[in-house]
Amino acid sequence: MTMWFTENHTKDVYFAFKAKQLFSTRSDFQQIDIYQTKDFGKVLVMDERIMLTEKDEKIYHEMIVHVPLAVHPDAEDVLIIGGGDGGALRELQRYPGIKSIDMVEIDSAVPEVAQRFLPEITGDFLDSRFTLMIADGLKYVRTTEKKYDLIIVDSTDPFGPGESLFTREFYGNCFDILCADGLLINQHESPYYKSDAREVKSIYEKTNTIFPIVKLYQAHIPTYPSGHWLFGFMSKRYDPLEDLQAERWLKLGLDTYYYNLALHRGSFALPNYVLDLIGKKQNIANS
Amino acid sequence: MIREYQLNQEKAPLYNALSEYRKQRMVSFDVPGHKQGRGNPELTEFLGKYAMSVDVNSMKMLDNLIHPVGVIKEAQELAADAFGAYSAFFMTNGTTSAVQAMVLATVNPGEKIIMPRNVHRSAINALILARAIPVYVDPGVNEKLGIPLGMSIENIKKAIQENPDAKAILVNNPTYYGICPNLRAIVMLAHQAGMKVLVDEAHGTHFYFEKSGPVSAMDAGADLAAISTHKTGGSLTQSSILLSGPGMADEQGYLRQIINLTLTTSSSYLLLSSLDITRKYLALQGENIYQRVLEYAHYARKEINNIGGFYAFGKAEIDHDAFYDFDNTKLSIHTRDIGLAGIEVYDILRDEYQIQVEFGDLGNVLAILSIGDRPVAIERLLAALSDIKRRYGKKADQITVNEYNQPKVVMSPAEAFYAKSKQIPLDQTIGKVCTEFVMCYPPGIPILAPGEEITAEVLEYINYAKEKGSSMTGAEDLATEKLNVIDQL
Repeated sequence: MTMWFTENHTKDVYFAFKAKQLFSTRSDFQQIDIYQTKDFGKVLVMDERIMLTEKDEKIYHEMIVHVPLAVHPDAEDVLIIGGGDGGALRELQRYPGIKSIDMVEIDSAVPEVAQRFLPEITGDFLDSRFTLMIADGLKYVRTTEKKYDLIIVDSTDPFGPGESLFTREFYGNCFDILCADGLLINQHESPYYKSDAREVKSIYEKTNTIFPIVKLYQAHIPTYPSGHWLFGFMSKRYDPLEDLQAERWLKLGLDTYYYNLALHRGSFALPNYVLDLIGKKQNIANS
Repeated sequence: MIREYQLNQEKAPLYNALSEYRKQRMVSFDVPGHKQGRGNPELTEFLGKYAMSVDVNSMKMLDNLIHPVGVIKEAQELAADAFGAYSAFFMTNGTTSAVQAMVLATVNPGEKIIMPRNVHRSAINALILARAIPVYVDPGVNEKLGIPLGMSIENIKKAIQENPDAKAILVNNPTYYGICPNLRAIVMLAHQAGMKVLVDEAHGTHFYFEKSGPVSAMDAGADLAAISTHKTGGSLTQSSILLSGPGMADEQGYLRQIINLTLTTSSSYLLLSSLDITRKYLALQGENIYQRVLEYAHYARKEINNIGGFYAFGKAEIDHDAFYDFDNTKLSIHTRDIGLAGIEVYDILRDEYQIQVEFGDLGNVLAILSIGDRPVAIERLLAALSDIKRRYGKKADQITVNEYNQPKVVMSPAEAFYAKSKQIPLDQTIGKVCTEFVMCYPPGIPILAPGEEITAEVLEYINYAKEKGSSMTGAEDLATEKLNVIDQL
């Protein structure tokens, strides 16, 4: 049956496409649906919010993985919080230097559904470097003994099952399990609509008191609210621009759809309205 | 099943009557003036049409709390059955009014009442209203934690022997920290001496539905109990129930008269329906719900004690006397071993982690677990505590701070309250008799009550609590820099 799928981007703004529902389930944590669409291919929807589409997921996953690894190519132990769709995993698996990838996903239904309906997107769940743990991300970072070089927070929005991944206690405990030169990347919501912008500001302020280096970078992801999406680059030592290991990244010879080194540099240049939002002076951006 | 119900607890007469009222689309030319919300669109948008449409006045089909003969009567009978009480009175002025009713109903002006001093201010307020004379029993203190307990049986015996003319004994079950006294023994001693047993069970609603929890007032044979169904039971804030045991069987009419002295004549049907629906839910599901809450509490206590530095105390502290039993759903956490005052941890949790706990005093914070808790929220609390330790943890604070100072009572609270008084700066008050309350709120247990001498120790406590950021309330001077004392003595 073909119908219109609509997602509320604000109370008064909808995003909609014609869609055929392929699958629908209610997990212990959320509603999960898969739709077939003409322009975006298959679409994964959780609690009525688009998580990814075949058409534009590469933008999101490349930006959440290649930006940190081009700065810290020696990263060996990587932790993904959330990310059960396996897209970030797929991009990480392209780096031969990575020795372990641990994924902590709260909802076992997400990797199950992704592997069944989105096999072109998911990475290799059978990779010997990979460990999937179905657990609460916050609890994991509080209790694990393992240290990580890179943590990727690939979460849903700050309401529902992802709420605890937007808290100070989460980032504080992440800081603790990162190596002395470790990095953390999170999906940082959109600065565009008012209610989303409040979250951007709130996470930025929280993480800024925890990590010595916090910089935001952006990408254009057409199916996310407003399309204007931010990522957070949080680091104990490396600056995302000054410490960019361009030569080493080029040597890997990775073929990418969206990411390149010029874009890496440019993505950290933020519009004035975003600088205002996070309390940064615009004149610094001009110099 | 914890108790066999005599009535059909599936019923919810008040809820049904209100639903029926909505369907009738009654035209109202009575109060409230908003008339099902129409007269106040912004408020209706904020609270919702549904809520506004049942914010109505007493009428025949909805009965009247002041004089219950219909659905409210039936709902109260169901509540009595659910809680194993002789009778139940719905309260819409908070548990404060239930505590006051207990005292006013059993102690006449000039008569004595035995009680620990670590009661909520509502109990001492009741002494002012009743013009009753308190006989304070030392509640006992846990030296390690600095917290007041639930009175030893020896001290209660002594108080009864020395004051055979006392009319009643008032006890906390549990205290704010979750400590329960030996209630069955207290009931036995009091009844032998012809005294009524009044139980402030504001924090103990769940005892009635826990399989292995501390004994409830009604099960212990107490005469009256004030239960804050809104605190751990899930009803709306300000709704409460006064339970009466068989010991009050002959005084039911008088009890209603006493309640009506201060009860509003416009009781909110939002509050009343919340009591009815909550009673049904607890009667049918309470056992499972609190079993789950206890599991959460057990997990949280274990994990907090693994962090190190924090001590989430529990049944291990039981001394079989003044610390007779413990309410496991109270996550009382001693914080001094990480070098922080409880109030500091309380403030950090709220300001930096958006986690609001019930209270912080000098040495402890209290997180209350109840009907609405979920694993995600508990993980947040645990992670925040471990992050606080990492960020702020210092060497253990060696000073033990007593949260309780035995008061020097000079005159009854009523006598002091109505006496001629003057306001003087705090540092000049030593040796004077206070005529008002001073307390950190929460928890709202008076540091000073009317009629008590202001000692150097008490002043030191007040100053220390202020320095640590406690919010002081009770005094006429909102900044608590001046106190009202007896003008001449």
